[in-house]
Amino acid sequence: MTKLKIGVLSASVNAENKWSQFLQSEFYFNYKRNIAAIAGTILIILFLLMATVGPLLVPQNPYNLQEISILDAYKPPAWAEDGELRYLLGTDSQGRDILSSIVYGTRVSLFIGITGMLFSCIIGTVLGLVAGFFGGKIDSLIMRIADIQLSFPATLIALFIMSISGRGIVNLLIALTLVGWVIYARTVRGATLAEKKKEYIEAVKVIGLPNYKILFKHILPNVFTSTIVIATIQVGSFVLTEATLSFLGVGVPVTRPSLGLLVKNGYDVLFSGLWWASTFPGLFIMLLVFGINMLGDFMRDELNPRLK
Amino acid sequence: MIKYIFKRFYHMILVLFIVSIIVFFVMSFTGDPVLMLVPLDATQAQIDAARIELGLDQPLLVQYGIFLKNLLRGDLGNSYAFKQSAIKLIIERMPATFELVVFSIIISIFLAIPLGVYAGAYPKKRSSKTIMLASLLGISLPNFWVGMMLIFIFAVQLQVMPSFGRGDIIEIVGLRLSILTKDGLKHLILPAVMLSIQSMAVLLRLTRAGMMEVMKQDFIKFARAKGALTRTILFKHALKNVLIPVITVFGIQIGKIIAFATVTETIFAWPGMGKLLIDSINRSDRPVIVAYLLVVSFIFVCLNFFVDLMYTFIDPRIDLR
Repeated sequence: MTKLKIGVLSASVNAENKWSQFLQSEFYFNYKRNIAAIAGTILIILFLLMATVGPLLVPQNPYNLQEISILDAYKPPAWAEDGELRYLLGTDSQGRDILSSIVYGTRVSLFIGITGMLFSCIIGTVLGLVAGFFGGKIDSLIMRIADIQLSFPATLIALFIMSISGRGIVNLLIALTLVGWVIYARTVRGATLAEKKKEYIEAVKVIGLPNYKILFKHILPNVFTSTIVIATIQVGSFVLTEATLSFLGVGVPVTRPSLGLLVKNGYDVLFSGLWWASTFPGLFIMLLVFGINMLGDFMRDELNPRLK
Repeated sequence: MIKYIFKRFYHMILVLFIVSIIVFFVMSFTGDPVLMLVPLDATQAQIDAARIELGLDQPLLVQYGIFLKNLLRGDLGNSYAFKQSAIKLIIERMPATFELVVFSIIISIFLAIPLGVYAGAYPKKRSSKTIMLASLLGISLPNFWVGMMLIFIFAVQLQVMPSFGRGDIIEIVGLRLSILTKDGLKHLILPAVMLSIQSMAVLLRLTRAGMMEVMKQDFIKFARAKGALTRTILFKHALKNVLIPVITVFGIQIGKIIAFATVTETIFAWPGMGKLLIDSINRSDRPVIVAYLLVVSFIFVCLNFFVDLMYTFIDPRIDLR
């Protein structure tokens, strides 16, 4: 019991130390002075809040048929003539509140972006570790596949996969993972090759640790930082890819519209003057991806020693 | 050099072969094309007859052999919707897409490189920081949304630009181009601007990063000491050394532009091969999808091949082995 307590205590002390270490680091020093990075963080936090608690704050659930009324269709934003304060950003052709749709759509978009990134990161990192550590045939096989895949644009591969498998969130995640793993595999493989030559790996080999322990316990923590920047930026690019696919009609199903599908729905009525139905969802995609990219860009500059 | 070209050429054929295998097998596991061809009230006997006629009763490997043989003759089957050769449909629409792609590339090069050189040479200036932030915004923009906003502002509200189609077309040596007519050019501008934004931002950032590294080197200091004009230093001494990574990425960017042309063409109803692809996906017109994928893969593989060859002309230091 006491042993456990001490363990917990030392862990919390440890975390506190790490935190104060972080506050004194050069990374944090530069971060405080970088307006774009701070703005990016704020945007990301706002979007995360919107996706988690947002549905509690908006006036309606746009996919609950009892809450929408066709009589409220085509309402312009609140500040325009005949706008209503209840519908801050206006309503679409079926009387759904645009702001509420955006909040629910952000959920879908972010879920797909983050989950897709996690899958790609896990699969790509494992393949990269294996390729770098074992070398030989398995290495050249993995890297050949990566090479071939990289000569085709990710969006096109994803479009092809989606056009065969049909729309759906699971299919979308599979497609994104299939295009997303390559970049991790390449980066992690490079870092593993460098790490493999170091003495501590020689040492654990001499002790006789099994390969999987060397890979995941000793090499992985040391190559993992190289994937953080990629992972951050990839969430943004996945949100964009998903939006593009949904816009083309091969993304999320109509029952779970993401921000991209909202833009598409707005596109169909754009020419009849309903500009708000497509403008605002697109604007939110832009803000979300811009926020992620601002933070990612700062991190890349900081963590890449070549630029310093 | 010749040996290298042969090696790359072999690699190119191998990639195309793999792509053909993937495309063929994936396509044969999805849906039954026979049901798309026969009339809705066809009897089982008619369906079976059609299946035998198409060779679909054979084992998969034999089917792939037939597919490969036809592929080498340039025959990928007829489109279900148009009842004519799928590959011919694609090739007919190719000039429209290329016109759009080339025009966007020109726009992005002429804006991105000078701005990137400037932002890389004077990274501390406020204007450089603004350029960088703008380029980050350019990467973050949803491509299709930009197109819609352009249509809404310039075609619906201001009514100064057309919103769809290619406009007047003239035919030059068999190519149907719209860029050379005044009306056609007007139709081309909005889609080309939309298509160029993303690659412009990427090229700009890459040029800047390269410039920042090059500007620290001794030969730049030497050129300065010698009293060379700033313009000469930036565009003659520095830019030359930045171009290699730019060209590598540029090959990928052209591929991306071709891929994103599908979106642009859909929004602006531009009658190119990208729009054909999306329409065919919505109609499940399989032969056209397959033909598009193979044609586009061929273009990409050739593109990479030329990019690799170009290295040696730009930088003799690169070792080909």
